[in-house]
Amino acid sequence: MGKTLFDKVWDSHVVKSISQGPDQLYIDRHYCHEVTSPQAFDALRKRGLKVFRPEKTFCAPDHNIPTKDQHLPIKDETSRVPVETLTKNAKEFGLTLFPLCDPRNGIIHVIGPEQGLTLPGMTIVCGDSHTSTHGALGAIAFGIGTSEIEMVLATQCVLQPKPKSMRISIEGKLGKGVTAKDIALYLISKLGTGGATGYFVEYAGEAVRNLNMEERMTLCNLSIEMGARGGMIAPDETTFEYVKNRHYAPKGEEWEKYLQYWKTLPTDPDAKFDKELQFAAEDIEPRVTFGTNPGMGIGISETIPAKPESAAAAASYLKALDYMGFKEAQKLEGTPVDYVFLGSCTNGRIQDFRDFASIVKGKKKSDKVIVWLVPGSQQVKGQIEEEGLDKIIEEAGFEIREPGCSACLAMNEDKVPSGKLCVSTSNRNFEGRQGPGARTVLAGPLVAAAAAITGEITDPRKFL
Amino acid sequence: MDKRFTILRSTAVPLPIENVDTDQIIPARFLKATTREGFGENLFRDWRFDDKGNPKKDFVLNNPKYSGKILVAGKNFGCGSSREHAAWAIADYGFKAVVSSFFADIHKNNELNNFVLPVVVSEAFLERLFNSIENNPSTEVTIDLPNQKITNEETGESENFDINPYKKECLIEGLDDIEYLLKNREEIENFERERIWN
Repeated sequence: MGKTLFDKVWDSHVVKSISQGPDQLYIDRHYCHEVTSPQAFDALRKRGLKVFRPEKTFCAPDHNIPTKDQHLPIKDETSRVPVETLTKNAKEFGLTLFPLCDPRNGIIHVIGPEQGLTLPGMTIVCGDSHTSTHGALGAIAFGIGTSEIEMVLATQCVLQPKPKSMRISIEGKLGKGVTAKDIALYLISKLGTGGATGYFVEYAGEAVRNLNMEERMTLCNLSIEMGARGGMIAPDETTFEYVKNRHYAPKGEEWEKYLQYWKTLPTDPDAKFDKELQFAAEDIEPRVTFGTNPGMGIGISETIPAKPESAAAAASYLKALDYMGFKEAQKLEGTPVDYVFLGSCTNGRIQDFRDFASIVKGKKKSDKVIVWLVPGSQQVKGQIEEEGLDKIIEEAGFEIREPGCSACLAMNEDKVPSGKLCVSTSNRNFEGRQGPGARTVLAGPLVAAAAAITGEITDPRKFL
Repeated sequence: MDKRFTILRSTAVPLPIENVDTDQIIPARFLKATTREGFGENLFRDWRFDDKGNPKKDFVLNNPKYSGKILVAGKNFGCGSSREHAAWAIADYGFKAVVSSFFADIHKNNELNNFVLPVVVSEAFLERLFNSIENNPSTEVTIDLPNQKITNEETGESENFDINPYKKECLIEGLDDIEYLLKNREEIENFERERIWN
């Protein structure tokens, strides 16, 4: 029987299998940010250990960094200390660091692929659940806890039970104004936030193959929001084209050798998955969320669904609607918006800024909203300027900030005030995620752009 | 501190909410500490305290009727962020086990790596356990790890639960994964030598 993409990559990284236990999995690339790593480095020091393979770990501060005046010292001490701690740890343990203001700095899940560090067929981990992003290039990439970071630093391995496999195929062509984010939000609402727990997902089908690399990253990024440890897409010409000539990617003869190997990775035709799901691209419209988890979402033309029957689910549903200030059967279109956030490891890439600019071009920002446009990396910021998108966006009355995680989880100053509604291209609408009491409506970059122009939740297809 | 887990008998704290995410267990603004200690005081911070820091009377951790070393929660507990701070907060507050009908993967691993036992029970068992605790807050629950059995002492109802045999051994013996891996360095080096790619 044939093997899946996932099996091929996983099996080639098993150092040993523990009888009735997890697999000891070798890790090719370890990304490290300032929030989840300090305790792991401390633990190494306590045990008197060095980093086993320092050339395989890459560090960048992203969660706590300001998106204004990055050249100045970070004002908030509680943000400055973790950033400085990462710098110290990288130096002490001999790891590569892309520091603040460095042209390679940015959100770790944006810069890994950009630098050519993320390659097909790799195993990649990071103390961050959105590590699933890197699966877009045909890698097995998943988030780990701090104890596991310590394991990777000390031994370049983690112990993981092998997940089950699921293939989600999306056939057909996406409609006008429908983005990769809308596919992901659609899938999460179909499966629920735990619907893929215990599985590793492969995304397939015409609509997925037609996505460019940035869009594939958006789709894989959100795998964790339906509980999947990760999501991946078979490497193809789109992938190879993206990877070629990136800084850390193989070059020359090495490149040719790797290319031949990568071409063997896609799932064999007779491979079996533990679960197969199929969806039609034409059923997906621009999406928005109405509740306090990413599964509580609807198409922009739909109304909030009825209360679920089970008592526990109903209690969670009512708690969410009460928090959001929405009602059963309400339509979200037309709801006034206070803030718009474009950015994060989900939607902070060049494609997202192209999408945003395509809507706001020749129009003016609504006076009713505060808009934060935060590129995912210095390189994305540079590319925005190269493509002249900055002019279009600035002429419409917007300002582009400096890169970082920003309002996705509000660890820096970019906090949405209590009670305010934010249309956000980030990944989580959990209570308080964007600041205590903040109300988050998740959406794609086109919906965000439409809200930034009109000051209310708006179907972006009106502007296309 | 003795990390080992064998048999635990305790009263329990009920949290009958589904999809409790790790942002609720410990909000991001409390992730700035660079040590593992002290997260318990901010466990469920925004459900437990108002914006002035006063305890919210309607939240279960502020209700003196309920206490114990076992947290009982609705399904899909610990979804969202990989932050191990959530497991540290649960352990630091004093919980030794969490009972639910379903756990998110990363958080479940994080609990196990901190010697907090995630116990997966059936929906029906969970619902009856919530009922027992609601009717009698001094309801005791027994978690017997060697025999993989959980008992609602109020009704006498028992159920077996699954746990990976390797992890079970780690918990009973108080062993870390890292200690296992460090013993394996030579095999890792052999693996590296034989690898062609990456």
